[in-house]
Formats: sequence, structure tokens, C-alpha cells
Amino acid sequence: MKRYFQYLREYRLQCILGALSKWIEAALELLVPLVMANIIDKGVTGGRGISYVLWGGAVMLAMGAIGFGCAIFCQRTASIASQGFGTNVRNALFRHINTLSQRELDKVGAASLLTRTVNDVNQMQSAVAMIIRLVVRSPFIAICSVVICLILDWQIGLVVFAASVAVSAVLWVIMKKSVPLYTRNQKNLDRLTQITGENLEGARVVRAFQSRDKERARFDNAADVTLENSLRIGKISAWLNPLTYALINFGVALILFWSGYKVDTGSGLTSGEIIAIINYMTQILNALIVISNLVSLFTKAHASMNRVSEIFDLKSSVKDGGESVADFSAPAVEMNGVSFSYAGDDRYTLNGISMCIPSGATVGIIGGTGSGKSTLVNLLPRLYDVTEGELKIFGHDVRDYSLLELRKLIGVVPQNAGLFSGTVRSNLQWGKDDATDEDYEKALKTACAYDFVMEKGGLDQPVFESGKNFSGGQRQRLTIARAVVGNPKILILDDSCSALDFATDAALRANIASLKGVTTFLVSQRASSLHNADVIFVMEDGKIVGRGRHEELYGTCDLYTEICDSQARSAK
Amino acid sequence: MKGQKMKRNLVRRLLQYIRPYKFYVVCSFILSLLYVGFVLVGPVLYGQAIDAMIGAGAVDFRTVFITAGGFAVCVLMAGLSQKLLGNCVNSLCYKLVCDLRREAFYSLSAAKIRYIDSHSQGDVMTRIINDVDVISDGLLQGASQLFTGVITILITLVVMFVINYVIALVVVVLTPLSLFVASFITKGTFRSFSKQVAVQGQLAAHAKEMIDGQKTVILFNEQENSCKKFEEIDARLYEVGWRAQYFSALTNPSTRFVNAVIYAAVGVLGAIFCILSSESGGVIHLGSLVLGGFTVGKLSVFLSYANQYTKPFNEVSNVVTQLQSAFASASRVFEVIDEEGERTDGDCHLASVKGDIRIEHACFSYSKDTKLIEDLNVSVKAGSKVAIVGPTGCGKTTLINLLMRFYDLDAGKIYIDGVDAKKIPLDEYRKMFGMVLQDSFLAEESIAWNIAYGNENATRAEIEAAAKAAYCDFFIRNTENGYDTVLRGNRSLSQGEKQLLCIARVMLSDPPMLILDEATSNIDTMTEMRIQRAFKKIMTGRTSFIVAHRLSTILDADLILVMNRGAVIEQGTHAELMEKRGFYYNLYNSQFSN
Repeated sequence: MKRYFQYLREYRLQCILGALSKWIEAALELLVPLVMANIIDKGVTGGRGISYVLWGGAVMLAMGAIGFGCAIFCQRTASIASQGFGTNVRNALFRHINTLSQRELDKVGAASLLTRTVNDVNQMQSAVAMIIRLVVRSPFIAICSVVICLILDWQIGLVVFAASVAVSAVLWVIMKKSVPLYTRNQKNLDRLTQITGENLEGARVVRAFQSRDKERARFDNAADVTLENSLRIGKISAWLNPLTYALINFGVALILFWSGYKVDTGSGLTSGEIIAIINYMTQILNALIVISNLVSLFTKAHASMNRVSEIFDLKSSVKDGGESVADFSAPAVEMNGVSFSYAGDDRYTLNGISMCIPSGATVGIIGGTGSGKSTLVNLLPRLYDVTEGELKIFGHDVRDYSLLELRKLIGVVPQNAGLFSGTVRSNLQWGKDDATDEDYEKALKTACAYDFVMEKGGLDQPVFESGKNFSGGQRQRLTIARAVVGNPKILILDDSCSALDFATDAALRANIASLKGVTTFLVSQRASSLHNADVIFVMEDGKIVGRGRHEELYGTCDLYTEICDSQARSAK
Repeated sequence: MKGQKMKRNLVRRLLQYIRPYKFYVVCSFILSLLYVGFVLVGPVLYGQAIDAMIGAGAVDFRTVFITAGGFAVCVLMAGLSQKLLGNCVNSLCYKLVCDLRREAFYSLSAAKIRYIDSHSQGDVMTRIINDVDVISDGLLQGASQLFTGVITILITLVVMFVINYVIALVVVVLTPLSLFVASFITKGTFRSFSKQVAVQGQLAAHAKEMIDGQKTVILFNEQENSCKKFEEIDARLYEVGWRAQYFSALTNPSTRFVNAVIYAAVGVLGAIFCILSSESGGVIHLGSLVLGGFTVGKLSVFLSYANQYTKPFNEVSNVVTQLQSAFASASRVFEVIDEEGERTDGDCHLASVKGDIRIEHACFSYSKDTKLIEDLNVSVKAGSKVAIVGPTGCGKTTLINLLMRFYDLDAGKIYIDGVDAKKIPLDEYRKMFGMVLQDSFLAEESIAWNIAYGNENATRAEIEAAAKAAYCDFFIRNTENGYDTVLRGNRSLSQGEKQLLCIARVMLSDPPMLILDEATSNIDTMTEMRIQRAFKKIMTGRTSFIVAHRLSTILDADLILVMNRGAVIEQGTHAELMEKRGFYYNLYNSQFSN
């Protein structure tokens, strides 16, 4: 919890003043019944007359007005402080997420990171607002009401106290019972959402298999479970208001009986005071209900805080490196006994990989799904760090470069090509933000993307979220252009031509081969795409099972031969 | 005017849904009357009790006992009726929610594919899950709040007027203050909240895009820019956010202030009347007005009412906005319910299907202004293998849509074994086809459940046999719980494995005709080979349409349909088409040779 104070620090003053003014309002509100009791006891029964009554009225109005002013001030400061707190936490969290490496991001998952940044921080924010606005007020009113009643008459005050305790107990029990039911309700709703979603997404399958009735029965089932649980929640929560109301007012009835005796024996209890006590009972009830709502709000906020803290606690497993400068006369990539495991244990995804790639070479990597191809190329820009072994780029260990420099050296086209909303230009700017239009156009031409970009509307053609307004093949070519525009020394294409037809694929490879001094890694499922590579690595289960040119491998490496043959079979 | 009429229609329809639960409605009315009545009688009784405590030695114990006892009874009755009222309203709400959801889902499961294709899934889901809740919250909770609120206000006013109409009048005059404040705040809150929602949406959109693409962000060193953009949006959110919060937080203090004013006015007036009344022996002279006597006990009744008085007013003004959103939601839900379903009737029943298919003069387009398929003619003999080829967007998927009758032809006919497809009941028609699409859909249920999807009576042995035949058995056995593994979010299996499962599913249902869509990419070689083999196995002896991306498929096809821009421009066997040296010849050379 402590770490979050820093985000509230600049609003210290608002918090203190806000809480203070709320406290003044509560105190004034507590005094009102006492003033009224005075009006009745002194003005009416005591015979001080109309002028006393009018004075009392003026005091009450003044107190109301001052209280109102205080409350308004408090709401304003609380809004500013809590929204500011939320803003600070959100910014810090998003910044922190941006320092994490792929390993941590994989572990938490994108959807979860998003909910934590948006929803969980909002929960914490409203908790801060409620602390300033209500935590001072409600318990103060509840406790002081009881104390004042005890002062007015300690025996009757005890009745008030007992009633308050009983109400608190009821609130506690009802909350305790209903919370698990609410959790279950959420699960039930998720199930309904899931079935509905499946019937939308799988509408064709449902119809093709004539499963309308089956799906209806499935939904009915889930809907019935939901209904049953809701009814149980309803039955329990319907107790809340009647029980608390009855407890408080039985207290009032008891007080009336008792006051009868007290007034009769002349123990000093006045009718004004009785009215005041009844009034306090109502105040206590309202305050306690607010407190019970606060408790559930804070339970939620606390859970949210823990989820956010989990993210803050993650530290990037990829540490920023030193200040080495690339030595372009050295081999582009050297690997010596590189092993890698996602979990950090002995379940290796890559095992004992060694290679030495001279600058300017074209490298092909082929193998089945899960053979470790993508993992291998992900090690170069340090999306992950090697678990064992040595990985050198241009003569230095990758960890000796600053991350910024290293990633400038390497242009990557990831497997599932992602574009970002904006324009074609803004997407290319990711590769190099100070490039000229000629640079961008050149990159587009290299990536065989120039024609369709110009046809669509040029560099300023809008790009929708994740590039929805481009076809799969167009997206792939744009991400290639994005990687090429920064003039990287090493270019990695991770299965990024899968949606291209053979002709475009070939043209693109020719363009890339003509780039001077660029070392290229081509990861592919298609043997034909790698035909002209200077060296092909055949991967299986995280190991290299064959290396060499196509002619050398075909016929000697069983797996490679099998892949080529199966693809040729379907191609003949 | 139109809006009014629509609203009336909505109300009428909603009443239809409520009709089965008349009992609850009637009980709710009676119970809320009882509840409000008992709650409001309470203060009158204890007021009398207070008046009976005149001073030391002069307490009228009989009255105190009767009134305080009566008060306790009232409290008990009020509590009981409130609890029962809660039960009634809750049951009504939850049952109505269940009914509406069910009906909407039923309509959805029979809706035309056109409806599903043309509506965003998120939107339809929101209608079935959230909007239905809004209806029950707004309409039922709202209506019951409105009802109790109005009765409370009415009874309070009546009692106050009976006791002392001058004070009552003062209260009535001050009331609009509360209404005015409430409506002012509601309006302001609504406006600033809409602004906040918009900015919050932008923030979430940016965060989602960046977090989803974090890998790319890292690779291109874009962290700083991404953070700056986030902070820029967040700064705007701060500006609109605190104002929205502030506005909505004004409600409680303002209500309390209005309450305080009324309380003070009632207190002062009441006290003065008490003094006047005791000075002139039980009557009050106000100029020429003569009022009945006023006592401290009566004052206590007024004070207690004044304390609770503005609450129903706030509730009532809240209900208005609640009702508005409930109506909006209701019309959205009814849109789903009213969606016209597929026509499933037909009177031709084919006992056994050979699998001859003829398409004659078929015309079709998704929207009226862009033509797609025009005068399509195809004739396929039973048991033959038809390959469909053509560039992206040429109408291959549309052809599948038409064959499966997901969409109806605008003109022309499809004949199965010489029978007009439209005369065959839809379910029977679709039973004749087995379909394996590229991104075929699997439900979040167990693997066995998914394989048996088309065939509920399949035994475990039959399921496993089908899985073995479709080369799924080995990877199913490798999953956590084998055939009982639940497919969570479809993440547990690869694309290719999913397609194999879909093949197993079709094998189990054993249809006479097939529609297959070959996978294009991202499937590793071994799986790919298995799919090819499974396809081959399942196609023997069945009329099959296959969207082809591979040479092996088209070379041995009995008929190749070459499609471009919605029309079949060439058809024939591979040899015939190559000889023609037309579109197919070029397509073949560019796409299939390397």
C-alpha cells in the first residue's frame, strides 16, 4: 500500500483540507438535533418565547449553509485528488509495462494487463475519493451520535448503542452471505456471454449441423442456473433494509417506554431530548449503511490494488546493456552453445545452438511448428535473453549493447504482422521517424507495397486499428517496409510472407537480396522460399538437425528432404 | 410524437412479458401501499407518546404504552411488508430477465446469417446480456421506486395537511427547490459523464493497441512515444474526469442542504405554533385564521417527515433517467427478438440423397448496389470432386454461402437430385452437407462434445473412431484430459489441429455431400499432410466442393470452377482448361508453379 502514497503526495493538501471540511460538515450536522432540542425545551416548554425560536432557526440555517459550503469544497478537492491519483498511477503503470520484456508480458497476458491499467486503477481511484469523502464522515457520525445519546442519558444511550451494534451485525452477516453469490453470478453471466458469443461466431457451424435446439437447450440450462442464483441473492439482500429498519425502530419504541418512566420520575429527560435521540437513531442507521457499502467497495479496491501491485513487482528480465559499438568487420551473428527455456528450467525450447553468420549472408530457417524457429530469432533483438551459451552480434555479446542501439541494428518483421492505427506514414515512422518521403517510398518499393499504397491514397492513407483496412498480404508487406526503412544491418522475416502469393513472395525476396550489406534471416514453412539462401538451418525440437545450402541438404537431411518432398507433392 | 407512440408500443410489449407474473405485480402494489402506510404512521404514534409525557408525575402511561406498542407493531408490519415486497420485485425482475434473454437467444439461433454477418458481435452480446439487465433495473426497480416514492410523498402531504396546513404549505413551497437542484445536477452529470466516457474509450483503445502490439513496440524502440501519447490522453481524462466526479458528488450534499432548510423551517414554525397554541389555550390565531392546537409531539412528526421528505424526490428524479435508458435498452433487445428467422419449411423429403447438384441461372449480391454473382450455371454429377479456384474476393466463399443456403438466391435455382432446394426443409437440406472451413469454429466444451456436435447420440467409441480416422487421436491423447479436455478460448490447439477436429466432426455425421476449404498458411508440414490425407479419405464416394489452394487438389478434380469477380468464367478438367490457355492457364502459372 505504501508505494501508492507517492502518487498522492502532490495532492496532500487537497486530501487534508477535503477531509477536514467534510469533518466540519459532519460535526455541524450532528449539532442540529441538539439545537432543535434547545428550541423545544427552552423556547417552547421553557417559555423563552418566539425570539429564542427564531434565533435557533437562524443558527440551524447558518449551520446548514456552512456545512453545504464545506461539503462542496470537500467534493471538489476529493475529485481533484482522486482523479489526479488515478492519473499518476495509470501513467506510472503504463510506463512500467513498457519497461518489461516479452517474458513478463507473456506471463501476464495482454488482456489482463489492459484490465489492470484501465479497470483496476479506476477502482483504486474511487476508493481514494471515498476515503476523503466518506471515511471521515460516516464513522464519525455513527460514533458521535451514540456518544451524544450517552451524554444526554446514559441508560437510553445504551439502548442506542445496542441497536447500533445489532444493525452492524446484520449488515455484516448479509454481506458475508451474499458476496460469494455475487461472485457466482458473475461466473454465470460469463457463461451466458460465452454461449452467445459462440453462437454468433459459430453461426454457420450451428446451422450446418442443425444444432439450433441443442444450442437453445444449452443456453436455457445456463440461464436457469443464473436465475436460481439471482433469486437466492434477491432473497438474502431483501432482508437488509427491513431488518435494519426494524432493529433501529424497535430501539425507538423501547426508548419511548423507558422515557415515559424517566419523564414521570423527573430524572431530567425532556421531550426535546427524546426527539433529538430519535433523530440520532435515524442518522446512525444511514451512516451504518454507508459504511457497509464502503466495506464492499474497499474489498474490491484492495483486490484491484493487489493486481496492480503484481505488475509493479515484475522486473524486466532483460537488463539494459553497456555501450559497445558494433564492429562491422566481425561476423554478423555468432552463437556458441545457445540454449533457451521459457520457464527458466530444464524444458529447453532451444538446445545447444551454434552458428556463425558472416555479414551480408542470407540465412534460411525451416522446421515444424514448435521447433523453435521463432524463439531463435527472438533472441537476436533480446526479446528474451539466452539461458545458457553466448550470443554475439558484430563482435560483441548482445548484452553489451544498449537496448536502443541493438534494436536499431536489427529490423524485425514479427510473425503476426501488426500495424497500428494512424496513417501509413505514422506506421513507417516507427522504423525511422526522421526519414524523407523518398525514404519511405523506397522502403515501400522494396517491400512490394508501393503500388497498393499509392492506389489507396499514398503515405497519408489512414490505417485502422491493427490494420483492419488492409488485407493480410498487404499488412505483411507494410510491416516489411516498416522494418526496412530504418536501414537495419540485420533483417529478420519471421514467417512474414505466408499470405503472399508465390510471385510476390519471389519478387520481395529478390528485392531484399539486393539490399547491400544486410544480413537476412528468413524463417519459413515453405521450402521453396529458402531455395536461394546462403545457408539453411533445419530445426526440430529446439535443435539444428541440418545445415547447408539447399543442394547440400536435399537428400542428406531426412527432415529437410521430407518437407521438400511433401510440398513438391502438393505442388505437382 | 413518433417517439411517444414507440414508447407506448414498448410499454405494451413489456406488459406482455410481465403478464405471466401478474400475481407478483398485484402483490407488489399492495405491499408497497402497506409498507409506506406503516412507515408513515409510526411517527404519528410516537408523537402522541411524546405528548403524553407532559412532565414529572404527569405522564399518561396508558397512552404511552398503547402508542409506543402500536409503533412497535407498525415497525414490525412495515419490515415484513418491505421484505415481501423485495421478494416480489426481485422474483419478477429476475424471471423477466431470464425470459427476455431466452427469447432473444432463441431468435438469434434462428436468425439469418445475413443478420449475424452484418452486426457486430460485441453489440449483439451487449444486447442480450447487459441491456436486459438495464431493462429490469430501470423498469422494474425504477417503477417500484417511483410507485413507493409517489405514495410516500402523497401520504406525507396528506398527514401534514391534516395536522397543520400552514406548515404543510411551507413544505410544499420549498419542495421545488429540491426538484430543481436534482434536475440541475442530473443534467450536468450526464453531460460531463458522456465526455468522460469518450476520453476513457480513447485511453483504453490506445492502451489495448499498444499492449497487444508490445512486441513491436519493444522492437522499434517506441516505448517513449507510446508512453507520451498515453500520458497525453490521460491528462485529458484528468480534466474531464475530476469534473464528472465532482458533479456527480454534488447530489448528496445538495440534498442534505435542502433537507436542512426544510428541517429548520418546519422546526421554527412548529415551535412558534407550539408557543402560540399554549398561550391561547389550544388554538392558534393567525390574523383571521384560526388553527387547531399544536404540540411538541406533532412537531416531532413534522420533523421526522421533514428528515425523510427529500429522499423520495431524489429517487423519483433518478427514476426518470433510469426509465429513459431502460426504454432505449428495451428497443434494442426487441430488435433482436423481432429479427426475422430463416425460413425452414418445405414439403419435399428426400429419402436418400445421391448428390447430383445443379445450379441454374443463379443471381446473388450482398447489397443491392454492387452486383456479385450473375447467371451462374453449374452442373455436378453425384460423387464427383469439384475444385473452386480463383483470386481472393472472387466469390468462392459466396458460393459456399449459397450452397449451404446461408444466404438465399436473388434469382435462379439450386437443384439437389433434381429437386428444388427451396422445397426441402432447411434442416434436412443442411444435413446433406458436411462443412469444414478454414477457421472452423469449436465451442468451449470438451473435445468429445465438439466431435459429437452433429451427432448427439454418438458413443465414445464412435467418437474415438472418427478421431482416429481424421488423425486427431494422437494429439487429443496428448492434451491434459484427453477427450474430456475443455477447449479454453481455442488456445490449446493449433490451427491445423482444429481443422482436423472439424474433419472428425464431419466424419461422424456422415453426410452425402461435402464442402471443404483448404488451409492456406501457418500450418506446419506434418499437420498439413495429415489434413490432405483426411480430406482424401472423407471425399471418397461423396460429392465434394473444395476451395483449392493446392495443385494436388485441382489436378485430380473432376471439375474445376474458375471464378473471378463473382462469375464462373471457365469450367472443366485441368487438362481442358490448360488447353484453353485462358484465365486458368495464367492463374495456374503464376500461383501454382515455382
